[in-house]
Amino acid sequence: MTSEAVAVREPNLWQRLWRPLSTRLCLILLGLYTLAAVYGEVVYRVAEHRDTVAPYNEIHMGSRYVPPMTVVEWAEHTLPDGTVVPARTHRYILGSDNLGRDVLQRLIQGARIAFHVGIVTSLIAIPLGVLLGCLGGYFGGNVDRFVVWICATVSAMPGLLFILAITMIAGKGLMGIYLGIGLTTWVGVCRSIRGEVLKHRDRAYVQAAKVLGYSWPRILFLHILPNVMHIVLINFSIRFPAAVGTEVFISFLGIGVQGEPSWGIMINNARARLWQGIWWELTFVSLAIFLLVLIFNHLADAIRDLCDPALRNRKA
Amino acid sequence: MRRYILQRILEMIPTTFGVLLLTFILFYVVGGSPARTVLGQHATQEAIASFNAVNGYDKPLFCGNWYTVDAIHHDTAGKPELAFPLGPGTYRFDRPAALTLKRTDGSEIRREIGRTETTVPEGWRLTEAKGGYTAVERRTDHFFDSQLWHYLCNLTHLDLGMSVDTKQPVITVLKEGILPTLSLTVPILLFGSLTGVIFGLLCAASQGGILDRGILFVSTLLMSVNYVVWILLGQYLLGFSWPVFPIWGYESAYYLVLPVLIGIVSALGTDVRFYRAAILDEVYRPYVRTAISKGVSRSRILFVHVLRNSLVPIVTYISLGIPYLFTGSLLLETFFGIPGLGSVSINAINSADMSVIRAVVIFGALIYQVVNLLTDIAYGWLDPRIRIAA
Repeated sequence: MTSEAVAVREPNLWQRLWRPLSTRLCLILLGLYTLAAVYGEVVYRVAEHRDTVAPYNEIHMGSRYVPPMTVVEWAEHTLPDGTVVPARTHRYILGSDNLGRDVLQRLIQGARIAFHVGIVTSLIAIPLGVLLGCLGGYFGGNVDRFVVWICATVSAMPGLLFILAITMIAGKGLMGIYLGIGLTTWVGVCRSIRGEVLKHRDRAYVQAAKVLGYSWPRILFLHILPNVMHIVLINFSIRFPAAVGTEVFISFLGIGVQGEPSWGIMINNARARLWQGIWWELTFVSLAIFLLVLIFNHLADAIRDLCDPALRNRKA
Repeated sequence: MRRYILQRILEMIPTTFGVLLLTFILFYVVGGSPARTVLGQHATQEAIASFNAVNGYDKPLFCGNWYTVDAIHHDTAGKPELAFPLGPGTYRFDRPAALTLKRTDGSEIRREIGRTETTVPEGWRLTEAKGGYTAVERRTDHFFDSQLWHYLCNLTHLDLGMSVDTKQPVITVLKEGILPTLSLTVPILLFGSLTGVIFGLLCAASQGGILDRGILFVSTLLMSVNYVVWILLGQYLLGFSWPVFPIWGYESAYYLVLPVLIGIVSALGTDVRFYRAAILDEVYRPYVRTAISKGVSRSRILFVHVLRNSLVPIVTYISLGIPYLFTGSLLLETFFGIPGLGSVSINAINSADMSVIRAVVIFGALIYQVVNLLTDIAYGWLDPRIRIAA
């Protein structure tokens, strides 16, 4: 082996994801979605801070159901508190809804809420699943029996209904959604982590660490956990779109987000007008959800193929 | 075989207990009494307390000898008094109190008690209590006379409470909903798995080819479309733009075609990808290589040898969907006006009818247990290795 061959480093996961065109495109689009969500967060915070009506909630009854790319002149008007809003023109890039609100602005807010849901539910479910899975896999015996029992119990619950029941008990709003999705979907990551830790438990490096007298938290979380982290990444890329889809469903039913334009609420709002030819709101919301979920599905496939060589032979 | 089945049944007990405990914690410990939802926001303290007493919501959660009765009302001077008369039972006050007991015929007795307990006999009511007490406690019938106990007892009697919305026993609501639900979900499962396996086989047969990649690509697209969008799209295209199917009602099998179609298509992407992976898992096994070297034809290897062996993960995958046959499809039923358990659940959610939601959740979880048991028994029957290992 020459010295150059040794010097070449194995590309890491991100480099290998960046190389193919399809996953690179996905990463770029995901970046754009993230930017939109961050922009939405800023708009939301600014409106909250100034205590004004946010642009995505501004009602203009004069320009209802305006098709995409229409420029509308908003006349000068006076707010109830006496401030005069000067006349201005506005371009509805993606049209307006039944109250003359800007679909594009609302779509961005929807992205903000989708990211909130995807991230917060992951922050609830992944640590829970990882902790239980690690403990069960490492200690075995009664601890493991307990972990397996909890997993079996939670997975026996009828998925969506269980989430809806938790959402209802926790109260309408985002908190209910976070808890409902977060507390029910940790079983998958728990099971995979447990299986993986079980494999690592008797490996030489763990034996060596035990011989050195390291404490079990140190062995488990500093030595074993980094070796099974790819499962967390795969699980995140699968759960994010699933959580977004569930949020759309719950908000669509009206027990989710209140008073803010979630994608589910927008679909529910737009579906009644579809029959009258108001196609834009529903179409753009559907496309936004579709694209985000598609990006994550594709990335999940790519990450799984990169991390799990055993699966690679299945790939076309 | 009998030992194996017995063992599986024994293994089912802790999970079933876990399910009951989890639903209890969710609906009783966290959820609390539904009195306010049922009686409205302006219900009096007496009405709420009597609702709780009738339904057992004031009992201790898990076990205990005493439980607090929410019967204290503070008058304008801030002195405690009883908000409503207390019925027969054994009570104790945390401070000495002067009690007045009344009988239905009007006779009266007065009792001074310290912190010791006092018993109100049958036919009497405790109408007044004077003193500086802050809590009234009532003795339970026995140590395990708790909400958990009553919950389990009611379940064994199939008493799931009353539906607040429809004023019917919940069990009747479930019975009425099960048939429409099954008529929708069973065809979806049957035709869905069949279509999925066919496409999975097509993929495996042309692994790496145009057809395989095409189907895989379309599957990824299909699984990215939101379920809500599938329904709206299906209703719009096949019910409105090109009106071949009715979009509302439950009158004949024809009304079920469109929802079944949507149910199949919306799950097809995920299914095909799973079936393809399950079939390809078998393709690299040594027995396939042996068959190839023996000169067995390609189609015979795929359809006879490989398909048969990959049936185990496929059957597992399908069996996971069986519990959902019974709880139904929430949105499909609501959108198409099918009076099954799915639309029952949605109505219950919209009217905050907790007893119905609770019943459907428990029902679904218990069905899951039964299906799991049956699947395990089927495995043991199909595969001697599993039976012997156990």
